[in-house]
Amino acid sequence: MADASQSVTFLALILPFLAAAIAPALTRILKHNAAWVLALAPLFLFVHFFGYLGDVAAGRAVTGGYAWIPSLGVDFSWFIDGLSLTFALLISGIGTLIVLYAGGYLKGHEQQGRFFSFILMFMGAMQGLVLSDSFMTLFVFWELTSITSFLLIGFDHSREASRRAALQALVVTGLGGLSLLAGLLVIWAATGEGTLSGLLSSGDALRAAPFYLLALVLVLGGAFTKSAQFPFHFWLPNAMEAPTPVSAYLHSATMVKAGVYLLMRLNPVLGDTVWWETILPIFGGTTLLVGTLLAIRQTDLKLMLAYTTVASLGLLVMLTGLGSEIAIEAAVLYLVAHSLFKGALFMVAGLIDHEAGTRDVRWLGGLRSAMPITFAAALLAALSMGGLPPFFGFLAKEEIYAALDFSGGWNALFTAVAIIGNALMLVIGFAVALKPFLGAAVETPKHAHEGPVLLWLGPLTLAIVGCVAAIFSGVTHHYVSEPMAAAVAGAPVEIYISVVPHASLALLLSIVTIALGIAIFLMLDRARDAMAAVLAAIGWGPDRGFDQAIRGLIRLANAVTGVIQNGRMEVYMTVTFVMIAVAIWAPMLMFGELPAMPTFPRMTFYEWTVFAIAAIGLGAVAYAADRLTAIVSLGIQGFAVALLFLLFGAPDLAFTQFMVETLSVVILALVMTRLRLYPSDHRPTAEKMVDVGIAGACGIGFAVLLLKVTQIPFDSTLSDFFSTYSYVIAHGRNIVNVIIVDFRGLDTLGEIAVVMITGLAILALIRIRLPRSTDVTEAKS
Amino acid sequence: MQTVIFRTAAPYLASLMVMFSVFVLLRGHNEPGGGFIGGLIAASAFAIYGIACGVTPVRRALYFHPMAIAGFGLFLSTVAGLASLAMGVPFLTGLWTEVHLLGVTLDLSTVLFFDFGVYFVVVGAITSIALALEEREED
Amino acid sequence: METALTALVGLFYVVSIYLMLSRHIIRVLLGIAIFGNAVNMTIFTAGRIMREVPPIIPEGQSALDGVTANPLPQALILTAIVISFSFFAFLLVLAYRAYQELGTDDTDEMRIAEPEGEGLPPLGY
Repeated sequence: MADASQSVTFLALILPFLAAAIAPALTRILKHNAAWVLALAPLFLFVHFFGYLGDVAAGRAVTGGYAWIPSLGVDFSWFIDGLSLTFALLISGIGTLIVLYAGGYLKGHEQQGRFFSFILMFMGAMQGLVLSDSFMTLFVFWELTSITSFLLIGFDHSREASRRAALQALVVTGLGGLSLLAGLLVIWAATGEGTLSGLLSSGDALRAAPFYLLALVLVLGGAFTKSAQFPFHFWLPNAMEAPTPVSAYLHSATMVKAGVYLLMRLNPVLGDTVWWETILPIFGGTTLLVGTLLAIRQTDLKLMLAYTTVASLGLLVMLTGLGSEIAIEAAVLYLVAHSLFKGALFMVAGLIDHEAGTRDVRWLGGLRSAMPITFAAALLAALSMGGLPPFFGFLAKEEIYAALDFSGGWNALFTAVAIIGNALMLVIGFAVALKPFLGAAVETPKHAHEGPVLLWLGPLTLAIVGCVAAIFSGVTHHYVSEPMAAAVAGAPVEIYISVVPHASLALLLSIVTIALGIAIFLMLDRARDAMAAVLAAIGWGPDRGFDQAIRGLIRLANAVTGVIQNGRMEVYMTVTFVMIAVAIWAPMLMFGELPAMPTFPRMTFYEWTVFAIAAIGLGAVAYAADRLTAIVSLGIQGFAVALLFLLFGAPDLAFTQFMVETLSVVILALVMTRLRLYPSDHRPTAEKMVDVGIAGACGIGFAVLLLKVTQIPFDSTLSDFFSTYSYVIAHGRNIVNVIIVDFRGLDTLGEIAVVMITGLAILALIRIRLPRSTDVTEAKS
Repeated sequence: MQTVIFRTAAPYLASLMVMFSVFVLLRGHNEPGGGFIGGLIAASAFAIYGIACGVTPVRRALYFHPMAIAGFGLFLSTVAGLASLAMGVPFLTGLWTEVHLLGVTLDLSTVLFFDFGVYFVVVGAITSIALALEEREED
Repeated sequence: METALTALVGLFYVVSIYLMLSRHIIRVLLGIAIFGNAVNMTIFTAGRIMREVPPIIPEGQSALDGVTANPLPQALILTAIVISFSFFAFLLVLAYRAYQELGTDDTDEMRIAEPEGEGLPPLGY
């Protein structure tokens, strides 16, 4: 049974990728109705994971997997407990609705197939991320979500804003991913655990490790960038350049929650320390405030929602950081509630845009009669967002206020932040959900009417689920909230909150929030103008900072390239040979490996003569003033080398060298006589002396090194082998030839291949003429 | 370069050199010589012929394109190596056999064919380079 | 003997490197041709020197008797000579074609791939 279940889970993990592979072809055949088929993939996942609810609620985590890179101890394994299961259900459930929604939203778009493909790939990556057990698969899927997100944000790649947003998201989340990788490796090294399940059962090991703070900061670097915490929040609103289904799915319900997921996942081992409980609430609280304040400023429905998403993520991080059991319960409830209502509201925003032709709240109004179903969905979702009963958002909000009592100074501050944040979120929720529908009908660019079923099915379903889940809170808590909160807290928890309001401090705070929210909503226009004025006064933000950083990087790269690759071969050569000289001399001098002083060699007269000829030939090449001298002296030194080979027992080499030198002289003559190439050097003497110095340092270095080599006893093992076996094994008396064609035949085969390729390359060089060659010559002359 | 004496002597000189190159190639296994040297000698022969009489007669005399000769050489060497595989020994292992012809015993081997291949590659590639450079002189 | 040869090899290196440091492409080529010889002689010397006795097994014997030159460096150098010749020929033709196309033999003026004073790359997205 376990094996069968394991196979099905593996299939579930790869199914989105399979669906992504067939999506383009399927869309060509079925047009937008392909959505109905493709939605079966996430639906299958949803049903499959739904089946685990019972097990997980009973406290049994499901694990499984296959060996991936056994030599490194890396497995492709998964770990399903309350936290990952809730995420998996949200991803697959909302994913199903999003695929359908995308079918309607991009109906007739010529790249719809590609879009399906991307979004299904993302779904697979996200699914893998939350189910991964091993660090390596977690990281791979984490980066895969960044990459697919890049593709989706840049879907409309003909617009520069789209490209910029995509790149920005990739840079920010990609850097965060690297930080996460480093953090995971630190954890791995510190605890010896390479899997989440192993880590979670390691108790206090990580908190006690000396690298705890380093690991924490690195992991937070990953989580904060992914979950758009201030000051990395700027990529998320820009990501609204993506088509609305992407915003609804990635940038509200799923991907941006990956950071929160990671924090919740690691809470049992990384949390419950002073650092954790300081850093997280401060960053989360700041993000909450900044997000809501910036949201007020916006008039575009999607941007308003995007900033509230930033704020909600801040709230989640803050609650996770507070770390008390009730705060975790609140975070869990809010996470689920947020995924439901925010996904719905985004889809509503897209639906309005699709049907009315604009997303600007100032040009929308009175759509309730034209789009009644959309209005219903929007209203239900907005009430949940505002934290009113009987919606899931209400449960979350009550729990949040229960978590934040007024006891300490810090808590009071966080409570104040939460009240302001929540009030502003209620304002935005109402602004998005009510403003376009209520009031007098406004003339919209397109004549608005109700969208097709594909478009309203998603938001309506999510909104209704948000309501039903709250009313039957007992069931929801038992199967979803409690297992998830238990996974986050690392201990079993029980949640009692229900839609029935009961008099408490939390209820009072809720009422304050709602009153404050309604008050701000009524003077929204003035609040917006005030925020706009404040932002104009500041005049700088991380978003512009990103541009400046990227431009600075390009300028820096350009400057560095200009210095390193200045296009002057002289400089390259000089640097190369100076380095060679240093590489030869430095070790010899440092380790005292200089050769012993040699004795004066005793050689015959004709040997000295050949040496002298070689030296004269060399000198003549260097000082040649005309072509003929240079060619002839090159030949002289070559023939002198051949003579040396002959003198020292290498007739094969001597013959080869003779032939090669002859041919070299011939082809050199052929080339040089046809071109007006003069070999002499017209530079000032000082420059020449520098070159002489470098050449001298290198050359003498080589000579000294060689002298040292010859003074070391000679290891003749290889030579003896060839000498002994040349005739016995290879039937050849000329050992040199036997080595070439027999013992080292493979080398020779490679070498003749090189000779052949050189011949081909030369033929190509001579035959092919650049079509623009005349232009270049003209430009030069 | 195109003096009468040179032009008259060049074809004979070239043919002598080619014959010599084959001799050097064949004796290579037991005496100084071999495919590389033989190939270079033959290539110089064609280069001299080309300088003396122009490229066209050389190309006609060679009949095949020099690069085709080089390609054939590479092919021959590879096949000589592959023959060992057919006998179930590693690539390029030398296989030897003795052939009795007119009372003389000849040692035939895959290594010999490998050396022929080297010879052809060197002849082909270097002749090709030399001829290509000489050819440009004419236009 | 090795000492004298070592000194000569040093001279080969000095001259070839000096030529390679020049700006004239033809001098660089001459330098490369000599450099090939220098490297071959280095291998030759490192394998130790032996006068006039080639490593050839005499007729009627199955292995070398007595001291002969070291066959291994010779085998390495033999192929190296041919390869470096092909390489030299290729560079020569490359220089020749570059001169034809660009009208200069000064490496500083060959700036098609890396133009001087090139502005910033595009800063947009």
